[in-house]
Amino acid sequence: MVLPLISVLLGFVLGSLIVILTGRSPVSMFAAILKGFSGIDILNGQPINTRYIGEFIIQAMPIILTGLSFAFAMRTGLFSIGAEGQLMVGSIAATAVALFVQAPRFIHLPLVLLAAIAGGALWGAIPGFLKARYNVHEVVVTIMMNYIALHFNNFMILHVYGSADHIKTAPFPDTALLKSQFLESITRYSRLNWGFIPVILAAIAFAFIINKTTFGYSLRAVGYNKEAARYAGMKVSRNIILSMAIAGAFAGLAGGVITVGTFNFGRVIPSAEGYGFDGIAVALVGSNQALGIVLAGMLFGGLKAAQPLMQSQGIPREIAGIIQASIVLFVAMKYGIKMILDKFERKQAPTTEGDRV
Amino acid sequence: MTFEIVLQMFPIALMFAAPIILTALGGLFSERSGVVNIALEGIMMVGAFAGATVTVVLETKVPAAAWLGLLAGLLAGVIFSVLHAVASINLKADQVISGTALNILAGGVTVYLSQIIFHQQRTLAFSNGIRQISVPGLNKIPIIGRMFFDQVYPTFYIAIFLVLLTWFVVYKTPLGLRMRACGEHPQAAASMGINVVKMRYFGVLVSGAFGGLGGAVMVLTADIQYTLASIHGTGFIALASLVFGRWNPFGVLGAGFFFGFSSALSFYAKDIKFLSDLPAEFFYILPYLLTIIALLFFAGKSVGPKASGEIYDSGKR
Repeated sequence: MVLPLISVLLGFVLGSLIVILTGRSPVSMFAAILKGFSGIDILNGQPINTRYIGEFIIQAMPIILTGLSFAFAMRTGLFSIGAEGQLMVGSIAATAVALFVQAPRFIHLPLVLLAAIAGGALWGAIPGFLKARYNVHEVVVTIMMNYIALHFNNFMILHVYGSADHIKTAPFPDTALLKSQFLESITRYSRLNWGFIPVILAAIAFAFIINKTTFGYSLRAVGYNKEAARYAGMKVSRNIILSMAIAGAFAGLAGGVITVGTFNFGRVIPSAEGYGFDGIAVALVGSNQALGIVLAGMLFGGLKAAQPLMQSQGIPREIAGIIQASIVLFVAMKYGIKMILDKFERKQAPTTEGDRV
Repeated sequence: MTFEIVLQMFPIALMFAAPIILTALGGLFSERSGVVNIALEGIMMVGAFAGATVTVVLETKVPAAAWLGLLAGLLAGVIFSVLHAVASINLKADQVISGTALNILAGGVTVYLSQIIFHQQRTLAFSNGIRQISVPGLNKIPIIGRMFFDQVYPTFYIAIFLVLLTWFVVYKTPLGLRMRACGEHPQAAASMGINVVKMRYFGVLVSGAFGGLGGAVMVLTADIQYTLASIHGTGFIALASLVFGRWNPFGVLGAGFFFGFSSALSFYAKDIKFLSDLPAEFFYILPYLLTIIALLFFAGKSVGPKASGEIYDSGKR
């Protein structure tokens, strides 16, 4: 619990140092971050603008889901970098159902999200299968599948769904959208929508499957020690495939939430948008726990929401990515940081035995 | 006539192959010393950014600025890889997580610096990258001349030279033997008096040098400026080439050719009869798809360094 917080702190310190070294003001960076989270404009003394809160939640939703995705696979001992691609396939599936199915909203919208989940699960199951059956390392395969999904998405939009302007599809019917007039009106017409409900449900499902079911237990067992799990009679191959498929399902849902929530059309994507890598950061900082992931997702979502504000303050928006990457790096160094902390503590409180190091 | 197209493809295929081979050789050093380097993509990005920046800034002032760009890319790669070395060797970070962090960091740092230096999210375009050359005499050899010595980027020859050098260092010198020992069984190596930490530093820093050079080569031959999409997964393809080439320099060379051609195919597909009807996206997908198939081909035959990816714990038996 303490280590992720220290990592976050160190990340912000390093980010501020870089801002100072490049001749910009860290004060305006933190002001932009505060505004991104709360809508409070501390530099100009403006009161809370709820629109910013809405936009910040919009940014947090997909990366909480990709965080859950990465963490779920990680719990089974798999390092999946595939959330980005699974998200895209989820949005390809969601786009198809949104465009070509006609139904009242209470049927159409769930169908869209289910399609997204199924698309992501399928895309996740492929590397899972290759890992389980042929022992192909999931890291490289999932990365390759991301690029395949990207170009597959563009192919589907341009050649199958049809796009008049070669950028996006026709707009979806309202029955397929997560849009909410009520939520928009209380946040000064931000893009806030019902998408946060499936996100919360997903986090609860994650915690439930991992902590409360025998299936989750056997997944974790495979993660701790594959051979021991096999010896105990658990179906290791099946668990690997299912774990990757469920991880894919979370990421696929993120694609659905973006496609029919943040946007209302399918999009041609020129290059990876980084939701997958954001998810890795979110999961690592959240210690692969549902609650931690939600909190970390909100942290990085707020940072993302603050990016345009930083840019308008003359601070390159990429500082957010730099801070995020350094936080991940510090989390990864947890053994090292712990060693340093231990040494520090021993120096602070010398025991009676005396320390002979 | 199809053979004519294959001949035409050679310079482009070699252009794409050179950065893949260089970066994969870097990965070879790192993994042979026992450190998985998934940060190759990020190292290439940093090298490409440095290469493009130095070329843009110096090309009006000095001749052959692009060659200084290559050098800058190499140095930037070394500096950036120090982070991976410190994190994964000294601070015992999970090597895959540390590499992932570096990949995210590379995207942030390069575009951040572009904004500071050029006030936009990419570097300015350079007008003189690395030029194609023809080797006089050799390019007159029938067929072979057209394949390897006519209108070829000289960076390809650098790649070939480094393949030979890598082979010599890794297999024929005491240094190479010690480095390989650290990748197979670091505790045993340490018991023979080898400094594992030093060896692993050597492996990671060389991978930074080669990866940074690879990135600079890529941007200065295949691009006109550095953007966030300049490297687009080539570092990961290099990583796959390492597996495909079975952690052997000549295997890496072969794998690099393979991926070079699969990239070049998308440029020439429209001229080849039975391929011209396929959508462009198919050819964009091809290198990545072939990578997965290649991995599948060599799956299960674990020939990589045994201790690669393991945190070095000197107390472990």
